[in-house]
Amino acid sequence: MSALPWVVFTPLAGALLLASIRRPQWAGWINVLVSAVTFLATLVLAFTVAEQGVLAVSMFRVDAFNVYLLVLTAFVGMTTAIFSRPYMQYVRDTGRVNRRGMRLYHAMFQTFMFTMLLALSTDNLGVLWVAVEGATLATVLLVSLYRTPEAIEAAWKYFILCGVGIALALFGTVLLYFAAQHVIEDPAAGLSWSALHAVAPQLQPSIMGLAFVFLLVGYGTKIGLVPMHQWLPDAHSEGPTPMSAVLSGLLLNVALYAVVRLKMLVDGSLANADTPHLAGYLLMGFGLLSFLVAGLFLHRQRDIKRMFSYSSIEHMGLMTFAFGLGGPLATFGALLHMLVHSLTKSAIFVTVGHAAHIAGTQSIDHIRGLIRTQPTVGWGLLLGVAAIAGFPPFGVFTSEFLLLTATMKTQPWFAVPLLIGLAVAFAGLFRHLHPMVYGAVPEGQQPVPANMLPVAVHLGLVLWLGLSIPGFLARWLDRATELIAGVPLL
Amino acid sequence: MSLEQLPLLQQLMLVLAAVVLFTSFALLEQARLVAAIHAFAWQGVLVAMVTAIVAASGGLAHLFFSAALTLALKALLIPWMLHRLVRRLELDRHREPLRRPALVVMGALALVIFSYWLVLPLVQQELLFTRNIVAVSLAVVLIGLLMMVIRTQAVAQVLGFMSMENGLFLAAVSATGGMPLVVELGVAFDVLVAMILFGVFFFQISESIDSLDVDRMTRLTERAEDDS
Amino acid sequence: MSQAGWGLAVAQALLYVALAPLLAGWIRKVKASLQNRRGPSVLQPYRDLRKLFAKEARMAHTASLVFRAAPYVVFIATWLAAAAIPLVTTKLPTAAMADVIVIVGLLALARFFLALAGMDVGTAFGGMGASREMFVSALAEPAMLMAVFTLAMTAHSTNLASVVDYQLLGDNILRPSYMFALAGLVLVAVAETGRIPVDNPATHLELTMIHEAMILEYSGRHLAIMEWAAQLKLLLYGVLLANVFFPWGIAEGTDPAALGMGLAVVVGKLAVLGAALAVSETVLAKMRLFRAPDFLNLALLLTLLGLLSHVILEVGA
Repeated sequence: MSALPWVVFTPLAGALLLASIRRPQWAGWINVLVSAVTFLATLVLAFTVAEQGVLAVSMFRVDAFNVYLLVLTAFVGMTTAIFSRPYMQYVRDTGRVNRRGMRLYHAMFQTFMFTMLLALSTDNLGVLWVAVEGATLATVLLVSLYRTPEAIEAAWKYFILCGVGIALALFGTVLLYFAAQHVIEDPAAGLSWSALHAVAPQLQPSIMGLAFVFLLVGYGTKIGLVPMHQWLPDAHSEGPTPMSAVLSGLLLNVALYAVVRLKMLVDGSLANADTPHLAGYLLMGFGLLSFLVAGLFLHRQRDIKRMFSYSSIEHMGLMTFAFGLGGPLATFGALLHMLVHSLTKSAIFVTVGHAAHIAGTQSIDHIRGLIRTQPTVGWGLLLGVAAIAGFPPFGVFTSEFLLLTATMKTQPWFAVPLLIGLAVAFAGLFRHLHPMVYGAVPEGQQPVPANMLPVAVHLGLVLWLGLSIPGFLARWLDRATELIAGVPLL
Repeated sequence: MSLEQLPLLQQLMLVLAAVVLFTSFALLEQARLVAAIHAFAWQGVLVAMVTAIVAASGGLAHLFFSAALTLALKALLIPWMLHRLVRRLELDRHREPLRRPALVVMGALALVIFSYWLVLPLVQQELLFTRNIVAVSLAVVLIGLLMMVIRTQAVAQVLGFMSMENGLFLAAVSATGGMPLVVELGVAFDVLVAMILFGVFFFQISESIDSLDVDRMTRLTERAEDDS
Repeated sequence: MSQAGWGLAVAQALLYVALAPLLAGWIRKVKASLQNRRGPSVLQPYRDLRKLFAKEARMAHTASLVFRAAPYVVFIATWLAAAAIPLVTTKLPTAAMADVIVIVGLLALARFFLALAGMDVGTAFGGMGASREMFVSALAEPAMLMAVFTLAMTAHSTNLASVVDYQLLGDNILRPSYMFALAGLVLVAVAETGRIPVDNPATHLELTMIHEAMILEYSGRHLAIMEWAAQLKLLLYGVLLANVFFPWGIAEGTDPAALGMGLAVVVGKLAVLGAALAVSETVLAKMRLFRAPDFLNLALLLTLLGLLSHVILEVGA
């Protein structure tokens, strides 16, 4: 009896418990407790997998690639739950959300964690689809939690666009299953990733190519790849801040994980076909486009959360590009980037939540002088933006550097748009950041009770990862790289 | 295998699939919501019948259960829920005719031809007895998508979405003889939850902008960046 | 043999002309009984035609040669088109001429002269009827051709006799393309023969006339011939629907037993079709003219779907 059932089913149990509790004060603490238990279970699971190799139990499979994502998801979930307890208490006290809304929030938070962990740990591609769609459904009502017209509009766009995308992904899954049936006898095993990976060269290339296009468009909508990204800035900026943090930090990763798993299958199948690098080129194309477009759009934003959502799109584009590039160096860089981006972005959104609280608005033009009003928030925002923009010695710099090196080695001309994009995004972020942090303090701006500990922990981790990646983590990432790219880096 | 050599049951399946495509067009063009919901319900019935026939001729027992599930969910429960919502939102007399019906129908026909072309390499591999129902089901999915794009009424968009799910189910049944049961149950559950959430949304939207014309929700654009 | 064949062809053509008023009478009878009336006898149209032939044919002094010749052209074109469609048997010398495109062309010729006749005298009603007729048929023509192409693609020939033979060859085949083509052709037939819901054959109200408006100026033998041509067109479409889509029972040789059987079967099929038409005319209301395009677009959509389902679903890879 391993830790796996604890990992997956604790959040589910927590969700059911939270749905039935009527007192919101306890709900916040129970949320934290459940998240902590889940996180501990993932740590135990990680140790198990580190010793054993692969853990495969019926529909679940935990190998080097998803175990670190499981730990990351549970960790960020826990820190966000810690941040969300006082924050949602404040939201409730100001009357933006009523008691039913609070109950819905907490129950859906844990349901969301459950679906993400399920998606990350399952071996069955159909269950993966069900879980990703479930994650969308769990968060849709949370985006419209504040019931303003903008929030409802954002939630509707999110629901419709992601629903359509996911439906196309289902068609891709059906095509995949169709290809599998010609090769794998057992109908129940036709959607098992491990079984498919073993027979990948025998799968029909034409069918797999078509399936991958649908799957990329479908799951790419959830990642936020341009041009399917229209829902992302709205959904991430209109929901409550803890929701923005987990959506940006975690759900995008899960969708990217799904695409990479599928790419591993498609690469195996197309290896002997006319276009062996089709999946890679598609990922590179979408990734680069998202990266450049998001970087340009960053400049135009006037809402702080929207700005950081575009930054998320940009980084996801970068990661997609890296996975598309392939090879051990780029893959290692992309895996590291998933880790540090997740930590940094969630920290930023938490800080932004406090900043908006201080200024009373989310508009960039009206947030000023944070560092003077509340230095912790101001410094948090400054360091967070520095981290996400790719300043050394933060971890994002390391992963971006690895990626640029890999690009220059294999496709040197692509390094040019990458560098330009990085510069543009850098400029955009700092242009907006500077007046927010250092500008003149408006009348009557007061500091607010803010728990910046989660932010400090996240940024500290990112700094640590930038300065020196601990040995066990490097080996972990290396094993994942070997799984994905076929060749280890170290 | 040419048409003459197929047994009668499988020819019936082809006929039903063709009628599903027709209901998809009917759904696209209906101006009245109640009529559109009925067209959608009929589509569900036909898809369930195709599933039952595939189950009967292929000897796949679990597909009978899927057929029953589809019938209960797509032909009965979801149309009933939509009907109830439409009545509560007082939309049953509401008419929304298409602005350019000829163009829309031509677009839909182009989508049918496009999906046929797209699926052609698949059909070169021998596709059991269900041959090109996959092309028809992809066409149903794309026409559902077209419906979501051109309709501005929220309920009509939801019908388009559900029609897409019908097409996907038909694709799964016809190309692969049904997905594993656990996946089918998961998908059905997701669809049901989605429907419930849509119902909740209709009320939220209706309270917020006092209508269900989603084209009126335009506050979140890049140009008019006003903070609240 | 060929002499007997030609004799049989002439006999079939005469049979068409003889049966046309009977079909019209039958439909009227069924409609009357649906309305709880006894209605005129089934042979009444024959009596009407005889009465009209006995009357004097008066023409406006502005009528030209076109007006005088039109009834004959319309009748002969329709008759030729009808004579080519297999009624009782498929093995006739005229079968070679039974090309569907030719039939559609002949019907178009008839319609053209009918419209000219309507406009010739210069009355308002005539012009209005002619323009409406052209409007409806411009929309119905593509649908009809699509249905025809669907049949032709399946049977690999545009010859109607071949199409019927092809249908008879395979046993019990359900074709989605035929189903759609049938549905589309039914709608087209209703529109082209001027029945409810497109046009009311019994009306003389300005707002609702199409066919009646064009023949309003005719009297005497001219009117008789025009009416007969209209009945012949109805019979033509009826036989087309009955014998092409449900050909079972048609004689495939020329022996008397088969011929007798063929005749009996086709009369039975036409009776059923006529009754169905009567029921639909009673149940449906006439559409306003601006809704006619919706009706015919539906017919076009059905026939296009028929063609697409033939290509997608029926043709093997």
